[in-house]
Amino acid sequence: MAYGAVVPPLLEPCAPNPGRMRVKYPGLLLCAVASWLATACQEHERPSYLSHGVEAASTPVEFEQELEVPPPPFTEGAFPCSDCHDPAIPPNTKRREMKLAHTEIKLHHDAEHRWCLDCHSAENRDKLHLASGELIDFTESYKLCGQCHGDKARDWRAGVHGRRSGNWDGHKKYLLCVNCHNSHAPKFQPLKPLPPPIRPAPRTSS
Amino acid sequence: MSSCSSSTCSGRGCGASTTPDTACGSIASDATHDLAVEAASDTSAAASALEAAGVPGLDRRELLCVVAGCAAALTVSGCSDLTHSMYVRDRFRELTDGEKKEILARLEKEHSATYGKEVHVTDTPARPGVEFGYALDLSRCIGCRRCVYACVKENNQSRDPQVHWIRVLEMEKEKGVDFAHANPYYDAEQVPRPGHFYLPVACQQCENPSCVKSCPVGATWKEPDGIVVIDYDWCIGCRCCVSACPYGARHFNWADPKLSAEEMNPNTHYLGNRPRMKGVVEKCTFCIQRTRNGQYPACVEVCPVGARKFGDLRDANSEVRYVIEHKRVFVLKNELNTRPTFFYFFGL
Repeated sequence: MAYGAVVPPLLEPCAPNPGRMRVKYPGLLLCAVASWLATACQEHERPSYLSHGVEAASTPVEFEQELEVPPPPFTEGAFPCSDCHDPAIPPNTKRREMKLAHTEIKLHHDAEHRWCLDCHSAENRDKLHLASGELIDFTESYKLCGQCHGDKARDWRAGVHGRRSGNWDGHKKYLLCVNCHNSHAPKFQPLKPLPPPIRPAPRTSS
Repeated sequence: MSSCSSSTCSGRGCGASTTPDTACGSIASDATHDLAVEAASDTSAAASALEAAGVPGLDRRELLCVVAGCAAALTVSGCSDLTHSMYVRDRFRELTDGEKKEILARLEKEHSATYGKEVHVTDTPARPGVEFGYALDLSRCIGCRRCVYACVKENNQSRDPQVHWIRVLEMEKEKGVDFAHANPYYDAEQVPRPGHFYLPVACQQCENPSCVKSCPVGATWKEPDGIVVIDYDWCIGCRCCVSACPYGARHFNWADPKLSAEEMNPNTHYLGNRPRMKGVVEKCTFCIQRTRNGQYPACVEVCPVGARKFGDLRDANSEVRYVIEHKRVFVLKNELNTRPTFFYFFGL
């Protein structure tokens, strides 16, 4: 298996001067550089979440399949927001404590620096907005989360952050960030564990 | 077998047959063609078997009588579905497709009758070019044991006595990975408990499995896709593998496994979750009945924190490969050179 294989070091210390490194296999190094250049110069198809001039990750992961995500877990009756937030009434963009509505929401998500309209759009109340101002649907909220939590978004895309179901060799079902994390208090909530195993019966002397 | 034969004989009165030689001859020749012998002629055959057993130095004819007697006694004693595959067969890997089919059909029939629903027993082979690997994120696992019970449900483990293929160990953060002080019996209102982390252990599907080497009869082996499997029909219950496994991943059926008909998962694999019997060893098979059909194992699908990752180690785009290439990965008891294909990692 490759994981146990011993790879000869490409560089080794020069005998007279241990501080400097001497190329042990210059041909190998050249090949490696050439192949890296070839890869780097190729036109990578940019992942759809990089739509605003963000540089591609250093190790781009290819995503062949379309992401299938379940609908976001709205509170009963909360969506569409425009049912209550009448577009005709200009929004109050002043940061303030909510006293009339949404009092159940306690923001534990960098509350010091953040409030509703940093993520929710004031122009279209049924949408979220990215830092660029682009409006997105609630079903694409992972784009919004990924703006700050880029490492998590990258792992999530690769299927490593968060649960996957479906087929390991084919169609995989993803979950939205908000299916597991409450967007207003994203720390994963503790759970009650299922019962512990039964201890083996003590040995009886016969 | 022997108990069957003797009890039948004593019940029917040995020595009733006056011409044992003649009777034996005809029955023996029948038996060679067809083991399902008429019950009427069994009496004399079984009787002569006992007689023959009492005489030292059997000749060929008498030996044939003994064989025929045993077969006949089995038929009488309720083994009405006596087939060649049940008592005389080769190792599973050496069977022809036809023989396997016969065995699977018999098992399906038996289990369907036992559990009162249609049970499927397959022997889906390993996919060429696939090698399974597993990765578990220790920085995510909260020790909720959802995986343990999903596994029990999927793999038809005995509910009483309890058999769990996954054991979640609670460890203290201060001590690090320390098996000596790990606690599998923790119970709490909420997990994770402060100052603790959780390390679920099941079969590590080693590349160099000590359990396989320790088996004296070759009842357990490593499949081409990396899954270490057990043929429950070949296992003699010696438990050498249980003591050889450094991960405590093998479990012995000390009593008849109890599994209710409602809870029984009817989609089974011969080398995986088909119902087991008393006296055999069982263990995690990466949900062989699911993964060989392309599905994720049950524990991966149930994990509420998404700590469990599964895929093909030879596929560069698989989740396990991403983990191995991008995360801090380790294996349990690396110093033993068992080379697990079950990796633990820190996703944070």
